[in-house]
Amino acid sequence: MHLDHTHTGPGAVSADAHRPDGTRRALRIGLGGPVGSGKTATVAALCRALRTELSLAVVTNDIYTREDADFLLREAVLPPERIAAVETGACPHTAIRDDISANLEAVEDLEDAVGPLDLILVESGGDNLTATFSKGLVDAQIFVIDVAGGDDIPRKGGPGVTTADLLVVNKTDLAPHVGSDLARMAADAKAQRAELPVVFQSLRGEAGVTEVAAWVRGKLGAWRA
Amino acid sequence: MVRAAGAPMSRAALLVLADGRFPAGGHAHSGGAEAAVKAGRVTSAATLEEFCRGRLHTVGRVAAALAAAAALGIDPAELDAAADARTPSPALRATARRLGRQLLRAARACWPSPELDALAAAFPKGAHQPVVLGLTARSAGLGPEDAAHCAAYESVGGPTTATVRLLSLDPFEATAVLARLAPELDAVVEAAVAAARRAVLDGTDALPAASGPLLEIGAEGHAAWPVRLFAS
Ligand SMILES: Nc1nc2c(ncn2[C@@H]2O[C@H](COP(=O)(O)OP(=O)(O)OP(=O)(O)O)[C@@H](O)[C@H]2O)c(=O)[nH]1
Ligand SMILES: [Mg+2]
Repeated sequence: MHLDHTHTGPGAVSADAHRPDGTRRALRIGLGGPVGSGKTATVAALCRALRTELSLAVVTNDIYTREDADFLLREAVLPPERIAAVETGACPHTAIRDDISANLEAVEDLEDAVGPLDLILVESGGDNLTATFSKGLVDAQIFVIDVAGGDDIPRKGGPGVTTADLLVVNKTDLAPHVGSDLARMAADAKAQRAELPVVFQSLRGEAGVTEVAAWVRGKLGAWRA
Repeated sequence: MVRAAGAPMSRAALLVLADGRFPAGGHAHSGGAEAAVKAGRVTSAATLEEFCRGRLHTVGRVAAALAAAAALGIDPAELDAAADARTPSPALRATARRLGRQLLRAARACWPSPELDALAAAFPKGAHQPVVLGLTARSAGLGPEDAAHCAAYESVGGPTTATVRLLSLDPFEATAVLARLAPELDAVVEAAVAAARRAVLDGTDALPAASGPLLEIGAEGHAAWPVRLFAS
Protein backbone atom coordinates (compact mmCIF):
# COMPACT_ATOMS: atom_id res chain seq x y z
CA MET A 1 0.00 0.00 0.00
CA HIS A 2 0.96 3.63 0.07
CA LEU A 3 1.47 3.91 3.80
CA ASP A 4 4.85 5.56 3.35
CA HIS A 5 3.51 8.03 0.83
CA THR A 6 4.15 11.65 1.74
CA HIS A 7 1.49 14.24 1.07
CA THR A 8 1.98 16.63 -1.80
CA GLY A 9 -0.41 19.22 -3.13
CA PRO A 10 -3.25 20.98 -1.39
CA GLY A 11 -5.83 19.81 1.04
CA ALA A 12 -4.53 16.43 2.11
CA VAL A 13 -4.56 17.15 5.82
CA SER A 14 -7.20 19.42 7.24
CA ALA A 15 -5.46 20.78 10.32
CA ASP A 16 -2.21 21.51 8.48
CA ALA A 17 -0.92 24.88 9.69
CA HIS A 18 0.42 25.81 6.27
CA ARG A 19 -1.13 26.66 2.94
CA PRO A 20 -0.03 24.90 -0.26
CA ASP A 21 2.43 27.72 -1.00
CA GLY A 22 4.15 27.18 2.35
CA THR A 23 2.83 30.30 4.11
CA ARG A 24 1.15 29.96 7.49
CA ARG A 25 -2.62 29.80 7.14
CA ALA A 26 -5.10 31.96 9.03
CA LEU A 27 -5.95 31.25 12.66
CA ARG A 28 -9.46 29.74 12.73
CA ILE A 29 -11.75 30.41 15.67
CA GLY A 30 -15.15 28.74 16.01
CA LEU A 31 -18.19 30.31 17.70
CA GLY A 32 -20.94 27.95 18.86
CA GLY A 33 -23.78 27.99 21.35
CA PRO A 34 -27.55 27.86 21.73
CA VAL A 35 -29.97 29.61 19.35
CA GLY A 36 -30.07 33.37 19.72
CA SER A 37 -27.35 33.70 22.36
CA GLY A 38 -25.52 36.37 20.38
CA LYS A 39 -23.01 34.51 18.19
CA THR A 40 -23.62 36.58 15.08
CA ALA A 41 -23.70 39.79 17.11
CA THR A 42 -20.36 38.83 18.66
CA VAL A 43 -18.91 38.01 15.23
CA ALA A 44 -20.10 41.37 13.91
CA ALA A 45 -18.63 43.21 16.90
CA LEU A 46 -15.32 41.34 16.56
CA CYS A 47 -15.14 42.27 12.87
CA ARG A 48 -15.69 45.94 13.70
CA ALA A 49 -13.10 45.81 16.49
CA LEU A 50 -10.39 43.96 14.55
CA ARG A 51 -10.86 44.76 10.87
CA THR A 52 -8.50 47.72 10.78
CA GLU A 53 -5.61 45.81 12.37
CA LEU A 54 -6.18 42.33 10.87
CA SER A 55 -7.14 40.70 7.58
CA LEU A 56 -10.39 38.91 8.46
CA ALA A 57 -13.05 36.61 7.00
CA VAL A 58 -16.16 34.86 8.31
CA VAL A 59 -17.80 31.49 7.55
CA THR A 60 -21.39 30.96 8.70
CA ASN A 61 -23.22 27.64 9.12
CA ASP A 62 -26.95 28.23 9.15
CA ILE A 63 -29.55 25.58 9.73
CA TYR A 64 -31.73 26.25 6.71
CA THR A 65 -31.29 29.86 5.65
CA ARG A 66 -28.54 32.36 4.98
CA GLU A 67 -29.71 34.59 7.85
CA ASP A 68 -26.34 34.94 9.56
CA ALA A 69 -24.41 35.61 6.37
CA ASP A 70 -27.12 38.02 5.20
CA PHE A 71 -27.09 39.86 8.52
CA LEU A 72 -23.32 40.33 8.34
CA LEU A 73 -23.61 41.50 4.74
CA ARG A 74 -26.40 43.93 5.61
CA GLU A 75 -24.43 45.32 8.52
CA ALA A 76 -21.43 45.64 6.17
CA VAL A 77 -19.03 44.45 8.85
CA LEU A 78 -16.77 43.09 6.08
CA PRO A 79 -16.72 43.30 2.28
CA PRO A 80 -19.00 40.58 0.78
CA GLU A 81 -16.11 38.53 -0.64
CA ARG A 82 -14.94 37.93 2.93
CA ILE A 83 -18.18 36.28 4.07
CA ALA A 84 -19.04 32.70 3.06
CA ALA A 85 -22.12 30.64 3.97
CA VAL A 86 -21.96 26.85 4.30
CA GLU A 87 -25.16 24.83 3.86
CA THR A 88 -25.50 22.17 6.53
CA GLY A 89 -28.41 19.89 5.57
CA ALA A 90 -30.28 20.87 8.74
CA CYS A 91 -27.39 19.75 10.95
CA PRO A 92 -24.84 22.46 11.79
CA HIS A 93 -23.19 20.25 14.39
CA THR A 94 -22.45 17.64 11.70
CA ALA A 95 -20.87 20.28 9.48
CA ILE A 96 -18.61 21.63 12.24
CA ARG A 97 -17.71 18.38 13.96
CA ASP A 98 -18.40 15.08 12.17
CA ASP A 99 -17.96 16.01 8.52
CA ILE A 100 -16.04 19.25 8.24
CA SER A 101 -15.24 19.00 4.53
CA ALA A 102 -17.59 21.78 3.36
CA ASN A 103 -16.27 24.15 6.03
CA LEU A 104 -12.64 23.38 5.19
CA GLU A 105 -13.41 24.15 1.59
CA ALA A 106 -15.00 27.45 2.56
CA VAL A 107 -11.99 28.57 4.63
CA GLU A 108 -9.55 27.51 1.92
CA ASP A 109 -11.56 29.24 -0.81
CA LEU A 110 -11.64 32.44 1.27
CA GLU A 111 -7.87 32.40 1.67
CA ASP A 112 -7.44 31.73 -2.06
CA ALA A 113 -9.89 34.45 -3.05
CA VAL A 114 -8.93 37.36 -0.80
CA GLY A 115 -5.28 36.62 -0.23
CA PRO A 116 -3.52 35.70 2.99
CA LEU A 117 -5.76 36.15 6.02
CA ASP A 118 -4.86 36.55 9.68
CA LEU A 119 -8.10 35.28 11.15
CA ILE A 120 -11.21 33.36 10.05
CA LEU A 121 -14.24 33.28 12.36
CA VAL A 122 -16.46 30.22 11.86
CA GLU A 123 -19.97 30.56 13.30
CA SER A 124 -22.13 27.51 13.85
CA GLY A 125 -25.88 28.00 13.60
CA GLY A 126 -27.58 27.84 16.99
CA ASP A 127 -27.59 24.28 18.15
CA ASN A 128 -27.58 22.46 21.45
CA LEU A 129 -25.27 22.36 24.43
CA THR A 130 -23.32 19.40 23.02
CA ALA A 131 -22.22 21.08 19.78
CA THR A 132 -18.47 21.52 19.57
CA PHE A 133 -16.07 22.18 16.70
CA SER A 134 -13.66 19.60 15.33
CA LYS A 135 -9.98 20.30 15.97
CA GLY A 136 -9.53 19.62 12.26
CA LEU A 137 -11.56 22.74 11.51
CA VAL A 138 -10.71 25.33 14.17
CA ASP A 139 -7.72 26.11 16.36
CA ALA A 140 -9.80 27.44 19.23
CA GLN A 141 -13.49 27.73 20.03
CA ILE A 142 -15.72 30.19 21.82
CA PHE A 143 -19.00 29.00 23.31
CA VAL A 144 -21.59 31.78 23.60
CA ILE A 145 -24.51 31.48 26.01
CA ASP A 146 -26.70 34.26 27.36
CA VAL A 147 -28.23 35.16 30.68
CA ALA A 148 -31.75 35.01 29.24
CA GLY A 149 -31.49 31.30 28.32
CA GLY A 150 -31.60 30.42 32.01
CA ASP A 151 -28.93 30.99 34.65
CA ASP A 152 -28.56 27.24 35.25
CA ILE A 153 -26.86 26.55 31.90
CA PRO A 154 -23.32 26.81 33.36
CA ARG A 155 -24.35 24.37 36.09
CA LYS A 156 -25.78 21.88 33.55
CA GLY A 157 -22.44 21.87 31.73
CA GLY A 158 -22.08 19.88 28.52
CA PRO A 159 -19.10 19.78 26.15
CA GLY A 160 -19.55 23.38 24.95
CA VAL A 161 -19.72 24.93 28.40
CA THR A 162 -17.01 22.76 29.95
CA THR A 163 -14.42 22.41 27.18
CA ALA A 164 -14.60 25.55 24.99
CA ASP A 165 -11.41 27.60 25.04
CA LEU A 166 -13.49 30.63 26.00
CA LEU A 167 -16.98 30.74 27.51
CA VAL A 168 -18.88 33.96 26.83
CA VAL A 169 -21.94 34.75 28.94
CA ASN A 170 -23.68 37.35 26.79
CA LYS A 171 -26.50 39.89 27.32
CA THR A 172 -25.58 40.71 30.93
CA ASP A 173 -27.67 43.90 30.44
CA LEU A 174 -30.76 41.67 30.54
CA ALA A 175 -29.89 39.97 33.84
CA PRO A 176 -32.03 42.25 36.05
CA HIS A 177 -35.01 41.83 33.72
CA VAL A 178 -34.95 38.03 33.55
CA GLY A 179 -33.87 37.49 37.15
CA SER A 180 -30.58 35.77 36.32
CA ASP A 181 -28.00 35.56 39.10
CA LEU A 182 -24.66 36.48 37.49
CA ALA A 183 -22.62 35.59 40.57
CA ARG A 184 -24.09 32.10 40.61
CA MET A 185 -23.46 31.71 36.88
CA ALA A 186 -19.82 32.72 37.42
CA ALA A 187 -19.38 30.27 40.29
CA ASP A 188 -20.99 27.42 38.34
CA ALA A 189 -18.84 28.17 35.28
CA LYS A 190 -15.74 28.19 37.45
CA ALA A 191 -16.71 24.80 38.89
CA GLN A 192 -17.20 23.32 35.40
CA ARG A 193 -14.20 24.90 33.72
CA ALA A 194 -11.50 25.23 36.38
CA GLU A 195 -8.82 27.50 34.86
CA LEU A 196 -10.47 27.97 31.44
CA PRO A 197 -11.50 31.62 30.92
CA VAL A 198 -15.03 33.03 31.11
CA VAL A 199 -16.12 36.48 29.88
CA PHE A 200 -19.35 38.20 30.90
CA GLN A 201 -20.34 40.75 28.27
CA SER A 202 -23.14 42.95 27.06
CA LEU A 203 -22.94 44.02 23.47
CA ARG A 204 -25.37 46.76 24.36
CA GLY A 205 -22.95 48.18 26.93
CA GLU A 206 -19.97 50.52 26.70
CA ALA A 207 -17.26 47.83 26.75
CA GLY A 208 -19.04 45.63 24.20
CA VAL A 209 -16.79 42.97 22.74
CA THR A 210 -13.51 44.44 24.10
CA GLU A 211 -12.58 41.52 26.36
CA VAL A 212 -13.30 38.87 23.76
CA ALA A 213 -11.34 40.84 21.16
CA ALA A 214 -8.38 40.94 23.55
CA TRP A 215 -8.61 37.16 24.00
CA VAL A 216 -8.62 36.73 20.21
CA ARG A 217 -5.53 38.95 19.90
CA GLY A 218 -3.81 36.77 22.49
CA LYS A 219 -4.65 33.60 20.53
CA LEU A 220 -3.36 35.20 17.37
CA GLY A 221 -0.11 36.16 19.06
CA ALA A 222 0.39 32.56 20.20
CA TRP A 223 -0.49 31.23 16.72
CA ARG A 224 2.09 33.43 15.05
CA ALA A 225 4.82 32.80 17.63
CA MET B 1 -4.78 0.90 -19.75
CA VAL B 2 -6.35 -1.49 -17.29
CA ARG B 3 -4.12 -2.37 -14.42
CA ALA B 4 -4.53 -3.53 -10.88
CA ALA B 5 -4.80 -0.87 -8.19
CA GLY B 6 -1.97 -0.40 -5.74
CA ALA B 7 -3.39 -2.09 -2.68
CA PRO B 8 -4.62 -5.64 -2.09
CA MET B 9 -8.37 -6.34 -2.03
CA SER B 10 -10.01 -5.55 1.25
CA ARG B 11 -13.65 -6.12 2.10
CA ALA B 12 -13.26 -3.96 5.20
CA ALA B 13 -12.05 -0.99 3.13
CA LEU B 14 -15.34 -1.21 1.22
CA LEU B 15 -17.24 -0.85 4.49
CA VAL B 16 -15.20 2.21 5.44
CA LEU B 17 -15.86 3.86 2.07
CA ALA B 18 -19.57 2.95 1.95
CA ASP B 19 -20.28 4.05 5.51
CA GLY B 20 -22.77 6.91 5.62
CA ARG B 21 -20.55 8.57 8.21
CA PHE B 22 -17.60 8.74 5.81
CA PRO B 23 -16.85 12.47 6.03
CA ALA B 24 -17.28 13.50 2.40
CA GLY B 25 -20.05 16.08 2.60
CA GLY B 26 -23.04 13.94 1.59
CA HIS B 27 -25.03 14.76 4.72
CA ALA B 28 -25.88 18.24 3.42
CA HIS B 29 -27.41 16.95 0.16
CA SER B 30 -30.76 15.29 -0.54
CA GLY B 31 -30.20 13.98 -4.07
CA GLY B 32 -33.26 15.81 -5.31
CA ALA B 33 -35.48 14.55 -2.49
CA GLU B 34 -36.10 18.01 -1.04
CA ALA B 35 -37.40 19.30 -4.38
CA ALA B 36 -39.52 16.16 -4.87
CA VAL B 37 -40.99 16.45 -1.37
CA LYS B 38 -41.85 20.12 -1.92
CA ALA B 39 -43.48 19.28 -5.25
CA GLY B 40 -45.62 16.64 -3.53
CA ARG B 41 -44.10 13.74 -5.43
CA VAL B 42 -42.54 12.11 -2.38
CA THR B 43 -44.96 11.87 0.52
CA SER B 44 -44.50 8.39 2.01
CA ALA B 45 -42.27 5.32 2.05
CA ALA B 46 -44.04 4.01 -1.07
CA THR B 47 -43.45 7.19 -3.08
CA LEU B 48 -39.89 7.39 -1.74
CA GLU B 49 -39.33 3.92 -3.16
CA GLU B 50 -40.55 4.99 -6.61
CA PHE B 51 -38.37 8.09 -6.44
CA CYS B 52 -35.32 6.05 -5.48
CA ARG B 53 -36.03 3.45 -8.17
CA GLY B 54 -36.08 6.24 -10.73
CA ARG B 55 -32.78 7.60 -9.47
CA LEU B 56 -31.18 4.17 -9.34
CA HIS B 57 -31.92 3.40 -12.99
CA THR B 58 -30.89 6.82 -14.29
CA VAL B 59 -28.29 8.87 -12.40
CA GLY B 60 -27.43 5.84 -10.22
CA ARG B 61 -26.62 3.71 -13.25
CA VAL B 62 -24.50 6.45 -14.82
CA ALA B 63 -22.65 7.16 -11.56
CA ALA B 64 -22.00 3.45 -11.03
CA ALA B 65 -20.54 3.09 -14.53
CA LEU B 66 -18.35 6.17 -14.13
CA ALA B 67 -17.07 4.94 -10.77
CA ALA B 68 -16.35 1.46 -12.16
CA ALA B 69 -14.54 2.98 -15.13
CA ALA B 70 -12.36 5.12 -12.85
CA ALA B 71 -11.62 2.08 -10.70
CA LEU B 72 -10.53 0.22 -13.84
CA GLY B 73 -7.99 2.94 -14.55
CA ILE B 74 -9.61 4.93 -17.38
CA ASP B 75 -8.27 8.49 -17.53
CA PRO B 76 -10.19 10.53 -14.90
CA ALA B 77 -10.13 13.66 -17.09
CA GLU B 78 -11.91 11.78 -19.88
CA LEU B 79 -14.42 10.39 -17.40
CA ASP B 80 -15.00 13.83 -15.95
CA ALA B 81 -15.82 15.15 -19.42
CA ALA B 82 -18.16 12.17 -19.92
CA ALA B 83 -19.88 13.00 -16.62
CA ASP B 84 -20.30 16.62 -17.67
CA ALA B 85 -21.92 15.53 -20.93
CA ARG B 86 -24.33 13.30 -18.98
CA THR B 87 -25.43 16.01 -16.53
CA PRO B 88 -27.57 18.63 -18.27
CA SER B 89 -28.31 20.74 -15.17
CA PRO B 90 -25.56 23.28 -14.33
CA ALA B 91 -26.64 23.15 -10.67
CA LEU B 92 -26.13 19.38 -10.59
CA ARG B 93 -22.76 19.69 -12.31
CA ALA B 94 -21.66 22.19 -9.66
CA THR B 95 -22.94 19.90 -6.89
CA ALA B 96 -21.14 16.88 -8.36
CA ARG B 97 -17.85 18.79 -8.45
CA ARG B 98 -18.28 20.17 -4.95
CA LEU B 99 -18.96 16.68 -3.60
CA GLY B 100 -16.07 15.30 -5.62
CA ARG B 101 -13.73 17.81 -4.04
CA GLN B 102 -14.99 16.97 -0.56
CA LEU B 103 -14.64 13.24 -1.19
CA LEU B 104 -11.13 13.72 -2.51
CA ARG B 105 -10.04 15.35 0.74
CA ALA B 106 -11.28 12.42 2.80
CA ALA B 107 -9.90 9.91 0.29
CA ARG B 108 -6.41 11.40 0.39
CA ALA B 109 -6.40 11.26 4.17
CA CYS B 110 -7.60 7.63 4.22
CA TRP B 111 -5.89 6.05 1.21
CA PRO B 112 -3.13 8.40 0.05
CA SER B 113 -1.90 7.63 -3.46
CA PRO B 114 -0.09 9.41 -6.30
CA GLU B 115 -3.21 8.98 -8.47
CA LEU B 116 -5.36 10.89 -5.97
CA ASP B 117 -2.68 13.59 -5.65
CA ALA B 118 -2.62 13.93 -9.44
CA LEU B 119 -6.41 14.23 -9.54
CA ALA B 120 -6.33 16.97 -6.88
CA ALA B 121 -3.69 18.86 -8.85
CA ALA B 122 -5.62 18.53 -12.13
CA PHE B 123 -9.01 19.45 -10.58
CA PRO B 124 -8.38 21.89 -7.70
CA LYS B 125 -12.10 22.82 -7.64
CA GLY B 126 -13.20 19.21 -7.84
CA ALA B 127 -13.92 16.50 -10.40
CA HIS B 128 -17.33 14.78 -10.70
CA GLN B 129 -17.98 12.81 -7.51
CA PRO B 130 -18.44 9.36 -9.13
CA VAL B 131 -15.07 9.70 -10.86
CA VAL B 132 -13.40 10.58 -7.57
CA LEU B 133 -15.26 7.72 -5.92
CA GLY B 134 -13.91 5.22 -8.47
CA LEU B 135 -10.36 6.46 -8.06
CA THR B 136 -10.78 6.36 -4.29
CA ALA B 137 -11.89 2.75 -4.48
CA ARG B 138 -8.88 2.02 -6.66
CA SER B 139 -6.54 3.62 -4.13
CA ALA B 140 -8.18 1.61 -1.36
CA GLY B 141 -7.46 -1.59 -3.23
CA LEU B 142 -11.07 -2.10 -4.26
CA GLY B 143 -12.34 -3.21 -7.65
CA PRO B 144 -14.85 -1.82 -10.18
CA GLU B 145 -17.76 -3.78 -8.68
CA ASP B 146 -17.05 -2.24 -5.27
CA ALA B 147 -16.86 1.27 -6.71
CA ALA B 148 -20.08 0.77 -8.66
CA HIS B 149 -21.84 -0.59 -5.58
CA CYS B 150 -20.85 2.48 -3.56
CA ALA B 151 -22.05 4.85 -6.29
CA ALA B 152 -25.35 3.06 -6.87
CA TYR B 153 -26.02 2.78 -3.17
CA GLU B 154 -25.28 6.47 -2.60
CA SER B 155 -27.75 7.38 -5.35
CA VAL B 156 -30.57 6.01 -3.20
CA GLY B 157 -29.11 6.10 0.31
CA GLY B 158 -28.65 9.88 0.34
CA PRO B 159 -32.23 10.76 -0.63
CA THR B 160 -33.58 8.20 1.83
CA THR B 161 -31.73 9.70 4.81
CA ALA B 162 -32.77 13.16 3.68
CA THR B 163 -36.43 12.14 3.39
CA VAL B 164 -36.39 10.79 6.94
CA ARG B 165 -35.46 14.33 8.01
CA LEU B 166 -37.78 16.13 5.59
CA LEU B 167 -40.95 14.12 6.26
CA SER B 168 -40.12 12.73 9.70
CA LEU B 169 -40.63 9.41 7.97
CA ASP B 170 -40.43 6.27 10.10
CA PRO B 171 -36.73 5.34 9.83
CA PHE B 172 -37.53 1.61 9.77
CA GLU B 173 -39.87 2.03 6.80
CA ALA B 174 -37.31 4.19 5.04
CA THR B 175 -34.50 1.70 5.52
CA ALA B 176 -36.76 -1.13 4.38
CA VAL B 177 -37.10 0.77 1.08
CA LEU B 178 -33.35 0.42 0.61
CA ALA B 179 -33.46 -3.25 1.50
CA ARG B 180 -36.20 -3.88 -1.07
CA LEU B 181 -34.16 -2.08 -3.74
CA ALA B 182 -31.04 -4.16 -3.04
CA PRO B 183 -31.58 -6.85 -5.73
CA GLU B 184 -32.23 -4.16 -8.35
CA LEU B 185 -29.16 -2.34 -7.15
CA ASP B 186 -27.05 -5.45 -7.71
CA ALA B 187 -28.40 -5.74 -11.26
CA VAL B 188 -27.67 -2.07 -11.99
CA VAL B 189 -24.12 -2.56 -10.74
CA GLU B 190 -23.59 -5.60 -12.94
CA ALA B 191 -24.70 -3.72 -16.04
CA ALA B 192 -22.65 -0.66 -15.06
CA VAL B 193 -19.45 -2.69 -14.62
CA ALA B 194 -20.01 -4.42 -17.96
CA ALA B 195 -20.37 -0.99 -19.60
CA ALA B 196 -17.21 0.23 -17.87
CA ARG B 197 -15.28 -2.75 -19.17
CA ARG B 198 -16.52 -1.98 -22.69
CA ALA B 199 -15.42 1.62 -22.21
CA VAL B 200 -11.86 0.41 -21.54
CA LEU B 201 -11.77 -0.88 -25.13
CA ASP B 202 -14.25 1.39 -26.94
CA GLY B 203 -13.92 4.69 -25.08
CA THR B 204 -16.27 6.56 -22.77
CA ASP B 205 -19.13 6.60 -25.33
CA ALA B 206 -19.78 3.04 -24.18
CA LEU B 207 -20.87 4.35 -20.77
CA PRO B 208 -24.62 4.69 -20.15
CA ALA B 209 -26.21 8.14 -20.54
CA ALA B 210 -29.55 7.82 -18.74
CA SER B 211 -31.02 10.84 -16.98
CA GLY B 212 -34.21 11.84 -15.21
CA PRO B 213 -35.55 15.11 -16.63
CA LEU B 214 -37.54 15.89 -13.46
CA LEU B 215 -34.41 15.47 -11.36
CA GLU B 216 -32.56 17.93 -13.58
CA ILE B 217 -35.41 20.46 -13.64
CA GLY B 218 -36.07 20.07 -9.92
CA ALA B 219 -32.39 20.69 -9.15
CA GLU B 220 -32.40 23.95 -11.11
CA GLY B 221 -35.44 25.20 -9.22
CA HIS B 222 -34.10 24.03 -5.86
CA ALA B 223 -30.80 25.84 -6.35
CA ALA B 224 -32.73 29.13 -6.51
CA TRP B 225 -34.82 28.64 -3.36
CA PRO B 226 -33.98 31.26 -0.72
CA VAL B 227 -34.75 28.89 2.15
CA ARG B 228 -33.96 25.17 2.07
CA LEU B 229 -32.69 22.46 4.37
CA PHE B 230 -30.32 20.78 1.92
CA ALA B 231 -27.70 22.15 -0.44
CA SER B 232 -29.08 20.06 -3.32
N1 LIG C 1 -29.87 42.88 25.10
C1 LIG C 1 -28.92 42.29 24.38
N2 LIG C 1 -29.25 41.74 23.20
C2 LIG C 1 -28.29 41.14 22.49
C3 LIG C 1 -26.93 41.09 22.93
N3 LIG C 1 -26.22 40.42 22.01
C4 LIG C 1 -27.07 40.06 21.03
N4 LIG C 1 -28.31 40.49 21.30
C5 LIG C 1 -29.53 40.30 20.49
O1 LIG C 1 -29.93 38.95 20.55
C6 LIG C 1 -30.53 38.54 19.34
C7 LIG C 1 -29.87 37.30 18.81
O2 LIG C 1 -28.52 37.61 18.50
P1 LIG C 1 -27.72 36.83 17.36
O3 LIG C 1 -26.34 37.39 17.34
O4 LIG C 1 -28.47 36.78 16.10
O5 LIG C 1 -27.72 35.37 17.99
P2 LIG C 1 -27.09 34.04 17.38
O6 LIG C 1 -26.48 33.31 18.51
O7 LIG C 1 -26.20 34.36 16.24
O8 LIG C 1 -28.40 33.30 16.89
P3 LIG C 1 -28.52 32.01 15.91
O9 LIG C 1 -27.43 32.13 14.89
O10 LIG C 1 -29.88 32.10 15.35
O11 LIG C 1 -28.34 30.84 16.80
C8 LIG C 1 -30.44 39.72 18.41
O12 LIG C 1 -31.65 40.40 18.42
C9 LIG C 1 -29.32 40.56 19.02
O13 LIG C 1 -29.43 41.92 18.73
C10 LIG C 1 -26.62 41.71 24.18
O14 LIG C 1 -25.49 41.72 24.65
N5 LIG C 1 -27.65 42.28 24.87
MG1 LIG D 1 -26.27 33.57 14.30
